[in-house]
This record gives sequence, structure tokens and C-alpha cells, in this order.
Amino acid sequence: MSVQVLLPGALASLTGGAKHVDVEAGGGTLADLLDALATEHPMLGRRIRDETGAVRRYVNVYVDGDDVRYQGGLAAPVPDGAEVQVLPSVAGG
Amino acid sequence: MTDLLAIGTRKGLWLARSDDDRRTWTVSAPHLLAQEVAAVSIDTRRSAPRVLAGIQYGHWGPTVMRSDDLGATWDETDHGAISFPQDTGAALARVWQLRPDSADRPDVVWAGCEPHSLWRSSDGGCSFELVRGLHDHPHRPTWEPGGGGGAVHTILPDQATDRVTIAMSTGGVYVSPDGGESWEPRNRGITVTFGPDPLPEYGQCVHKVAVDAGDPDRLYAQNHFGVFRSDDAGRAWTSIADGLPVDFGFPIVSSPRTPGTAWVIPLVADMQRVPPDGRLRVHRTRDAGDSWTELGDGLPDGNWSAVMRDAFCADDHERTGIYFGTRDGCVYASADEGDTFTLVADHLPDVLTVRAARLP
Repeated sequence: MSVQVLLPGALASLTGGAKHVDVEAGGGTLADLLDALATEHPMLGRRIRDETGAVRRYVNVYVDGDDVRYQGGLAAPVPDGAEVQVLPSVAGG
Repeated sequence: MTDLLAIGTRKGLWLARSDDDRRTWTVSAPHLLAQEVAAVSIDTRRSAPRVLAGIQYGHWGPTVMRSDDLGATWDETDHGAISFPQDTGAALARVWQLRPDSADRPDVVWAGCEPHSLWRSSDGGCSFELVRGLHDHPHRPTWEPGGGGGAVHTILPDQATDRVTIAMSTGGVYVSPDGGESWEPRNRGITVTFGPDPLPEYGQCVHKVAVDAGDPDRLYAQNHFGVFRSDDAGRAWTSIADGLPVDFGFPIVSSPRTPGTAWVIPLVADMQRVPPDGRLRVHRTRDAGDSWTELGDGLPDGNWSAVMRDAFCADDHERTGIYFGTRDGCVYASADEGDTFTLVADHLPDVLTVRAARLP
């Protein structure tokens, strides 16, 4: 499947400045997609997930506009042609 | 000669330089702006001094950054310099300590992290390996996190042997005689105020430990209440708090040159954690803790800011320079072992760590 990943500006330096990344992944879940993304861009992968594979607490991921926290988390289905958006959550001080 | 002072804060790293034997300092623009820098080291064993910074990206997690050109550029290991092996089920939360080993082990760097863990690098800090001997210690599941998190925050590799001494909040002092393979707690005499047993075998909240310049078996500890000394590599500890206004504080620093000399910065506790009467003062011993002298020339009154455990350090000049930063973003330096202080920087974010080095 082919998926477009949208990145915030803070992470674009890890993809050579690109805020849109096309990812080819098998399996059809968010975990499969993030594995494929991390293989191609390991630093980007670590910004989104820790070494256990969990999405970091203050990172939000949306599949076609839906927050994956309510769609099964890493098991959330990611269909071919989906748009996956990564955003920093409201946090900091 | 140039002296370099690295200042890690809650929102970035600043590098201060002095070219006049530490009389005046020029502070850089911020490096790693907006990243928390809780650990920093300046490794002068290399042909080009290497600055390592343990940072927290906030949203994006912790990592180790390195610069071989004094901050002009920064590199990061692709897969992370510190990453828990999959079988541990753990994830790195924060880097608390980065400690270059001796000149005889020029590529060895140690890291202390949260959750409680010790790491060893044999490539100058590009990649670290989990010290399994400590990770597998049967006590580890019972080390509780202190208020700042559960971490190895102090690492003291012996310069002549394979002995490594660490300290943890909580957990206390542990010593390995064999470079990290095996570990034993060494806390006898260090008191606990937050549990029913005042003198447990381990579990103490030791805030920082320093080693004496003249005797590698002589250690100083600032505890969560109590200041202690050991003359036998941590096997037994005795109080050296008499003469201090209060016995709470976070850092303790020893002179790397002058035996018997160490410094603390007392705070009123348990709940306030501010300088007594708002007077920010350093206290120095010249006799291994038998007596203390208050030092305040150049330090402010009306100051209600604490100094964190890693925000106090010494340089290795013949006459030791000492440096500390406060939670209100002020950094003070003394080129005369604390007799007088000058303000290096103010209005920075909370200072979490400082390190000083003479550049070759």
C-alpha cells in the first residue's frame, strides 16, 4: 500500500525538509506503516515512537483525520491511499 | 588558554568562554534551543574536545547529541546513542549523567539514565551499551523514583582500577569492583527519613557523591537530609554535617586537586528547598568535612532559588574554580575556590547541569 505521511515543520529536517513523505508499507496497520517509515528515516522513527514501539505520549497521529488513540492505536487500520498526519500535542511550558 | 563552561538548562545549552584565566566570561547564543539539557560533558581527551549533551526534545523524546566543534554543529546517532534492548521492555526517559572515563580509557564514556540504568560507551559517546550487571541486579525492581524520577545520576569511575561507584535517587550508593559486572550496595550509615527503617541496606535518596582528590577511597555524599563521608570506598559512612546551617541540599563537589576540599550548597527542607533566609551561599570544607566555612562574596541575598544536583562543578586548575547555576537562571563562577564569585550569566532558563574544562 502507499500512504502519504504529513509531518510538522519540527520534524521536516529529518526528511531533508520534506513535510510530505510517501511510504510503501505492507500489513495495513499503523504499526506496519511506522516500521516502514523508521526503516527509511530512523531518526524520524525515534521521534514518533520510543524503543518499545509505543507512540510517544505527546505525539498525536491521525489516519484520514481520525485520532488513532480511538482507532486501535498501533493496530489502527491504514488503507491504501490514506493520509497519516503526525502532530505534536498540546504540551510544554 | 581558554576555559569553557557548558550550561545545560531546561530550554537549551549555553557555552561560556573565558580567555583571561576565568576573570571574565563571554556567553554564547543558545545551542539546542528549546531542548531540555539535563546532562552535559566536555571530553578533552580527544584531539578535538567533544561536547556531549543528554537532551529531551519534549514531544519527541530523549537522545544524546554530540559536537566536535564546540557547538557549531551537532550530530546524533541514527538509531539513538542510548536505546534499551528490546528484551528489557523499557524505554529511555531521560539522560541524567554523561561521564568521560580516565585518560587511560580515552574512548570510554559512561551514562546514567532514567529509568535506573547505567550505560557504557567505548566509542566516545556515539553508542552506549546497557550495563547488564546493574540492570539484572535483584534490587533494581525495588529502587523507587524520587521526585525528579528514578535514575542513576552520579558515576565515579576509579582512575586506576576497574571500580565504578554510582549513586541513585532512590537506591543509594552501589559499587562495582569489576567495571560493571557485579554490584553491591554501600550505604551503611546513610540515613533515610522517608521510610520506617532509618538505616536500610539500600534505598537511600543520595543526591550526589564526590571523590576526594587525595584518596580514591574517600567519598563525600549529599543525602536527602545529611552530609556524609566514607573513608573506605563507601563501606561505611559518617556524618559531616556539623557546622552546616542545614543538612539538606542537592549537589556536592570536591576539588580534583586539593585533598580534603569540598563544597555544598545547603537548602532549607523538607518542603521549602530554598537557601536559608534567602541567602544563597556555598559552604566549603578544607578538612574533609570536619569543619565548614560559609562563602558568600559575590552571592546574593534575597534569593529563593535552589541549585540542582548536577548544576555545580569544579574545574581542574591548580587553584580550583567552582561553578554553579540556579533554578532562576543565574550562573556563578569562582576562580579562587569559592573565596569570591562573579556572575557569568543571568535570566537563563532553569540551570540543570554545568561542566567546566580547560581547552587544550
